[in-house]
Amino acid sequence: MIELAVDVVFAMICVALGLAFYRLALGPRLPSRVVALELITSLIIGAVAVYAIKSDIEEFLDVAIVTGLLGFMATVGFARYIEKGGPRDD
Amino acid sequence: MTEWLQLLLTTVLLIVGGGLMLIAAVGVVRLPDLLMRMHATTKAGTLGAALTVAAVAVHFAEAAVTARAAAIILFIVLTAPVAAHAIGRASYFAGVTLWRGTARDDLRGKYDADSHTLASGLEGEQDPDDQTPSAR
Repeated sequence: MIELAVDVVFAMICVALGLAFYRLALGPRLPSRVVALELITSLIIGAVAVYAIKSDIEEFLDVAIVTGLLGFMATVGFARYIEKGGPRDD
Repeated sequence: MTEWLQLLLTTVLLIVGGGLMLIAAVGVVRLPDLLMRMHATTKAGTLGAALTVAAVAVHFAEAAVTARAAAIILFIVLTAPVAAHAIGRASYFAGVTLWRGTARDDLRGKYDADSHTLASGLEGEQDPDDQTPSAR
């Protein structure tokens, strides 16, 4: 039962990553791309967690912690960049 | 019995978490403007990732794993609103276009792009207890 659920959730995350990447590539402007990037970080945390269940290796949770930290830092950095500088019509 | 319950709970958490992440991705593609897209990513996306990590905690059922999973969930739940606020504020100031059907924008005309100040809308009112000469 759990193997089937893991595979189904992997498929869901793959589709979700594709959709988020579509928004990342399409834009229309930098803030939308940053939101898509933030979603991709969340999706990768989920994928790492699912892989930890699939492989039965608990150490993958540390990867999820680091990914979450990096995603937050990237988002805050982009927010500062959008607010303080950069061209208005990117 | 316990084994069976653990298996069922893991499966349910995984499926619900994955479904929420998929909903978030669909929302980020389908919704018309940035602030609505942030609704999808910061609520559904965050909850989806948190539930998936909770599924890991239930699957392993060890104290160390559960503690780390709880730390991840706490961290996600703490940082997602902060990041969303930062992005929303920055992009509004950068002049992101709202959906044409937007009925209400309380900040319209309150932001001065040249001096980078946001008026509160209470500048005209006098506060009798306020002793400072120029209250903003």
